[in-house]
Amino acid sequence: MKKFMNSADDFLKESLQGFGAAHQDIVNCHYDPNFITRATPTKEGKVALISGGGSGHEPMHGGLVGYGMLDAACPGFVFSSPTPDQMLAAAEKVDSGAGVLFIVKNYSGDVMNFQMAAEMMQGPNESVLTNDDVAVEDSSFTTGRRGVAATVVVEKIVGSLAEHGGSLQECKALGDKVNKNSGSMGVAFSSCTVPAAGKPNFDIGDDEMEFGVGIHGEPGRRRDKMKSAQEITKELLEAINEDLKPEANEEILLFVNGMGGTPLTELYLIYDNAKNILDKKNIKISRSLVGNYCTSLEMQGASITLTKLDEELLKHWDSSVHTAAMRWGV
Amino acid sequence: MSVNFLIHRAKEIQAVIDANASEIEKLDQEIGDGDHIFNVQRGIKLVIELEAVIKDLPMSKALNQIAMKVLSGIGGSSGALFGTLFMTMARGNDIDNGVDYKKAIEIFADGVEAVKQRGKADVGEKTMMDVLIPVSNSLKKGVEDNKDVKEILQEAIEVAEKGMFSTKDLLATKGRASFLGERAKGHIDPGARSSQLMIKTVCESVLNS
Repeated sequence: MKKFMNSADDFLKESLQGFGAAHQDIVNCHYDPNFITRATPTKEGKVALISGGGSGHEPMHGGLVGYGMLDAACPGFVFSSPTPDQMLAAAEKVDSGAGVLFIVKNYSGDVMNFQMAAEMMQGPNESVLTNDDVAVEDSSFTTGRRGVAATVVVEKIVGSLAEHGGSLQECKALGDKVNKNSGSMGVAFSSCTVPAAGKPNFDIGDDEMEFGVGIHGEPGRRRDKMKSAQEITKELLEAINEDLKPEANEEILLFVNGMGGTPLTELYLIYDNAKNILDKKNIKISRSLVGNYCTSLEMQGASITLTKLDEELLKHWDSSVHTAAMRWGV
Repeated sequence: MSVNFLIHRAKEIQAVIDANASEIEKLDQEIGDGDHIFNVQRGIKLVIELEAVIKDLPMSKALNQIAMKVLSGIGGSSGALFGTLFMTMARGNDIDNGVDYKKAIEIFADGVEAVKQRGKADVGEKTMMDVLIPVSNSLKKGVEDNKDVKEILQEAIEVAEKGMFSTKDLLATKGRASFLGERAKGHIDPGARSSQLMIKTVCESVLNS
């Protein structure tokens, strides 16, 4: 394992300290229990948005705390869910009386811990569960589809509504709507190493790729031989389109997300290939996002997320945002 | 069952889990995300470190402290599930006035039931519930049938092992391994293995005492 680290025990703490110091105009990091809040208190009457998950997916979620997005984020250990005490401490700090909306990715650990926090919490709260990953069958017999990169889109759009006075129920409804109108699919070329583990999470051959991979390198649909970017992009989009069924002339957000170890050069190449395919189907790419937003440590790979955009979603996507990882309109 | 009993069993469990750590980690890397063993080891260490704080507390308070510690200290699914187990056991009726083996079995069974609700997992889904539920049922049945405590514990050890091996040929429908579909077949569930080892350790310790 080659990593910038001093010890596995201090890995998360030192990274959080650096994050907090580098972005002190935007965030405050709190420790024991660990959570990140905006540098400024929540405006009175504004619904507080709290998300969280295992660390190792940066900038999600800490990098999405700030004006127009989250009020707080709870980072768990690397690839391990945060715990109820973190969410309760964060909620106490950022709840201005208008209630708390938890944004939770559909992974068993995250779901259970946020559920326990919601049960223990005194004040009004709701949860939005994201499950945009089309790689996994959704049925009552499985844990269901995973929450992956579209969580970033949910946080941006709901963050805007909350900033503009949306009620707890309205924020919850919009979050569900964005999630329902989003689909994602990812592919990984290499594995990733959890610092405490010291060795790769899974083995993958030089000529292989994991198709439909989750954001911890957990397996997806199948193990394939490497293919051209065009073929991979086509298959990713086919899987999403099959599920999301965007119609001709429908407006969408095309979000090409890097998983940590793939250069932007390649992400833009994927964007080009995806655009060609969507253009042929007359699907209108109204908005774009390309970059590393929902990562899996140093994993080589990428995911594509499509979100169908109507006027309401467009408006909230475009509104100003000022976080460590996303910043426009300010 | 005393608080002292809990601390001693935790120390024995630590030794057994450490001795089997690489096997459990390998199982998890095959069908999970590789963090299970660290969660379990961290949890046990945290419980042992509580010794000074809980050793003179009444059972309900000690169990509650353990619950909050594993909940906040482990994280992930393991923290929530083990936290739920101990939190439920802490609510056991009249446990501060002594816990005999029947009472211990009663609160353990209540705890397992709560874990089942929290994780929404039942037998046959390739999780630790494939060990915990049959063990809980076997213990309760043993008490109902007025069996000797040694026989009850011996059966629990066997049931735990059978449950653990049963996960090998199951399809996972809960947790990370569920994303693997058919590929999860042929692998023992790491959570089933670690919980089987814990049950075996506690039961054997009582049998040998």
